[in-house]
Amino acid sequence: MVNTILEVAVAIILLSIGLTMIRFVKGKTSVDRVIAFDMMSIASLALIAILSYVTQREIYLDVAIVYGLLGFLAVIIIAKYLEKSL
Amino acid sequence: MEILELIGAITTLTGSLILLVASIGLLRMPDVYNRLQVGTKATTLGTILSLLGIILIMPGWWGKLVLLIFFVMMTSPVSSHVLARASYFIKIPFTDKTVVDKLKVSAKARKVEYEKK
Amino acid sequence: MKNFIITFLILMVVWVLLNNTFQPDILLVGAVIAVFLSLFMCKRCELFQDMNFTPKGIFYTIWFLGVFMVELIKSNLDVTKRVLNPALPIKPGIVEVKTKLKSKFARMLLANSITLTPGTLTVDVVDDSFFIHWIDVKDEDIKSASKEIVEKFEKYLEVIYG
Repeated sequence: MVNTILEVAVAIILLSIGLTMIRFVKGKTSVDRVIAFDMMSIASLALIAILSYVTQREIYLDVAIVYGLLGFLAVIIIAKYLEKSL
Repeated sequence: MEILELIGAITTLTGSLILLVASIGLLRMPDVYNRLQVGTKATTLGTILSLLGIILIMPGWWGKLVLLIFFVMMTSPVSSHVLARASYFIKIPFTDKTVVDKLKVSAKARKVEYEKK
Repeated sequence: MKNFIITFLILMVVWVLLNNTFQPDILLVGAVIAVFLSLFMCKRCELFQDMNFTPKGIFYTIWFLGVFMVELIKSNLDVTKRVLNPALPIKPGIVEVKTKLKSKFARMLLANSITLTPGTLTVDVVDDSFFIHWIDVKDEDIKSASKEIVEKFEKYLEVIYG
């Protein structure tokens, strides 16, 4: 029961990452693409946490923590670069 | 125990639905600033709800999950603020619906003019 | 000194949460590393200088977190309503608001809370004025906009940070 609901949740998150991907490809401006990247990284953080329960491996949570940190740093550095103050 | 797991699973499902709404908003909104609004708020709550659901299902893992929740809560407003600032100063245009821009007329506002190369 | 102690405590809490255990040897390793890190990082940081550690301040901190969570959920319902509405009812603009808070850390917390609450996003901060992108502008005037956006958080942060 619980596992079925969680699998549905994983499918929904994958769908939302796919929709974000459309914005990532379409873009228009560079900031749009950075926003899409940021949203994808946060959504995949939730995805990794759910998968770590489904596969019963706690070590995946460490992956999620490091992934979130790296995504945050990347966004900050790209924004600094766009502002030409790096 | 069984009930708690069920509540956790439903919380996770709600979180993933909110993430879906966020991505639809990202597609529909007309300009960068409104997309940032949707992106920050909806993704933050969606991720927090998903992680809370996992805490309810698996109480033994609460340490790292609470750390993740605090991390998301502290960093996502910071990154959206930095992006909004950058996109204002590289002069990304507003949508036509915009009614007021105090950053242009206020005396205290920072006037940043980067030289063109 | 205050900065050193708070940095040390934050590092220790993160270490314990990561390890999820209270074994003395692990705690000892964490404490040694935390002391070194907070000595190196906190030579002249003054981030937590203005914090009040009275019972009232701590009580208000917890109360502030509660208010913050309620506002976060409200803002999400608001965003959901706007996104799913076919007409896309938005009326965006940038308004200026003023704050009474003096301490830097309190201003940062205020800016973060504004970003996560209904329809507002901090774009720039200059001294005591915040420039805020508002998805549904109700009032362009500085005073009334401040009342609408800032006041509900300011009264708690004022007690916590003096």
